Amino acid sequence: MKTVYKQFQRHLLLLVAVLALGGCSTAPVMQGDEVIEPSFPASRVLGDDVDYVADDISDPWEGFNRSMYRFNYRFDKYVFLPVVNGYKFITPDFLEQGIHNFFLNLEDITTFYNSILQFNGTKTVQTTGRFLVNTTVGLLGFIDVASKLDIPKHDEDFGQTLGHWGVGNGPFLVLPFLGPSNVRDGIGLGVDWAVYTAIQDELDMKDSEEWALAIMKAIDTRAHVAFRYYETGTPFEYDWVKLLYTTKRKMDIEK
Amino acid sequence: MKRYLGFLLAAVWLSTGWASPEVYDFPIDNKFLATVVGTPPEYRAELPKKIPLKKRSITIFEDRENSEILDVPEALWFDAELRYSEALQKGPAPLVFLIAGTGASYSGGKNTNMARAFYQAGFHVVSISSPTYMNFIVAANSTGVPGNAYQDAEDIYRVMETIWGKLKDRIEVTDFYVTGYSLGGFNAAFVTLLDETKQTFNFKKALLINPPVNLYSSISLLDRMLENIPGGVDNFPQFYNRLVEQVTRAYKKTDTVDIGENFLYQAFEAVNPDTEELAALIGVSFRISSANMAYTSDLMTDFGYIKPKNVTMTKNSSPGKLQKVAHRLGFTDFYHVYFFPYQKEKNPALTRDKLIADMSLTGIEDYLRTAEKIEVMHNQDDIILEPGQIDFFPRVFGDRAKIYPRGGHCGNMDFRDNVTHMVNVFSQ
Repeated sequence: MKTVYKQFQRHLLLLVAVLALGGCSTAPVMQGDEVIEPSFPASRVLGDDVDYVADDISDPWEGFNRSMYRFNYRFDKYVFLPVVNGYKFITPDFLEQGIHNFFLNLEDITTFYNSILQFNGTKTVQTTGRFLVNTTVGLLGFIDVASKLDIPKHDEDFGQTLGHWGVGNGPFLVLPFLGPSNVRDGIGLGVDWAVYTAIQDELDMKDSEEWALAIMKAIDTRAHVAFRYYETGTPFEYDWVKLLYTTKRKMDIEK
Repeated sequence: MKRYLGFLLAAVWLSTGWASPEVYDFPIDNKFLATVVGTPPEYRAELPKKIPLKKRSITIFEDRENSEILDVPEALWFDAELRYSEALQKGPAPLVFLIAGTGASYSGGKNTNMARAFYQAGFHVVSISSPTYMNFIVAANSTGVPGNAYQDAEDIYRVMETIWGKLKDRIEVTDFYVTGYSLGGFNAAFVTLLDETKQTFNFKKALLINPPVNLYSSISLLDRMLENIPGGVDNFPQFYNRLVEQVTRAYKKTDTVDIGENFLYQAFEAVNPDTEELAALIGVSFRISSANMAYTSDLMTDFGYIKPKNVTMTKNSSPGKLQKVAHRLGFTDFYHVYFFPYQKEKNPALTRDKLIADMSLTGIEDYLRTAEKIEVMHNQDDIILEPGQIDFFPRVFGDRAKIYPRGGHCGNMDFRDNVTHMVNVFSQ
């Protein structure tokens, strides 16, 4: 297992380095020395003492992030979505739902220990209940029996746990393949992933099985996210994604 | 006995055709609320969840470099092709084109629901974005400046013809129809007028859903709605944060972990925004559309409206302050400072009043009065109309205008009666 991951990590680091070095300036290009004033120059329209919604979201690596955003679009368009569409085409709907339930059930493990780490008794108990019921009666999670029994579903991860204990967002960060995040949530993802692989290793799963599971999970997740890059109809899409991601995470941490 | 029966039949006939007042039970009385939340799920028409609605993209201008058509700006490199969708019947069928409203795409909720309704009723469906939508401006606008009713109609017509060129070998079409909501309804009127001379489609019928009467008066009303933000536009961050707080409170109470449509309904019930907040929300939504439209157009033409003329935005450029400026300007700013000067340069005799009068249904009133094929579906309480403007429709269209008592702006489009009426107009 470890050797394959190391190889993957090395390629990923290479990709990140290439994007970080290659043309990441976010400044527009100007001809001549002096700006030709537009009809509505910022200096006239924008008040000095006025706050703007996204001003407090830190984004010092915007150049890198924007490049990564475009990389993710291309990966999505030419690799990810064709695979996802193929999967949706060949898989009968009931099986697709079953597979989705299976991965949601696995995520309850993450929710479980993060609920404990947040000292949240209700969530811990309910999540334990869900996991036990769905793993047994629900045939390894393929059937979501717990929801039929009205046991509420929660969604906690290590990024939220950090947020719960007062850790701030840190700078905005667009991760390769995974999309918008920030330093805190990126670390959270890493921790949750480490726990997840540790459990798999405990279960003596083979490399190939772990990979198959990881790829299936990625496909299943993408199949359930409606977002399509560059189809929101706004020339400010990157900025909107940044704002909405940050807002949504804030809501998740509070929930 | 027979005499009684005859009497009874006569009574029934009288009561259905003449005496009974029409019952319209659309449940939302507040026109702002109806505009924002639309039709509650239990009142919607029953439509098939899955129809074979396929996403497509198409090149509208083949040889940009060697023509007068403007190049795709570097910052909008991803929008060279026009996206649309189609749902096709297997056998011969009538085809209906759907045109989305201001700033909306072919795949928005309203177009998608219309597609479901018409597909279920046996139509081929082709769904097109609004000419004010970024992708349309970049891929299909012949000048890069949207908002001119006549030019928009030509651009839409070209899009329809190009799509039809791709479809005509694959499907059999018996008749053509066109409809659209909001600005899309307004566009549909001018597209139908253009079709009288071009005659590619010879539309059998057109349905205008909640169109403005006069474009300028409607955009003025929409711009002004932002004044409902408590403390004015400068306080938008506070307004946003308070809204997020309220939605978070509702979010914490629900059992759901994703923010979908159903949750938004619950959130609305929990937050229970007052009329001013609703009006502010509508204003914000249209402001976002206007910012997207104006900035996109500015990138296309290098007019120097928001972006300095000698500055080029690259693929990686951050819009930074330009984005803030774009959201500070309304449709009316665009109209006076960009749109009018731009049109006047092409036609020096043009005056502001003339342009405003031209961009209206009143400008083509004589045509509309006699065009039997065009029908209207509208609401008495539509918020994009000034007081009294709704009377234009019964006056000009007579029986061809169906005016519902409630629904706000397009809020009742998914309501059972409205969907039935929509489909009936084209099925008769």
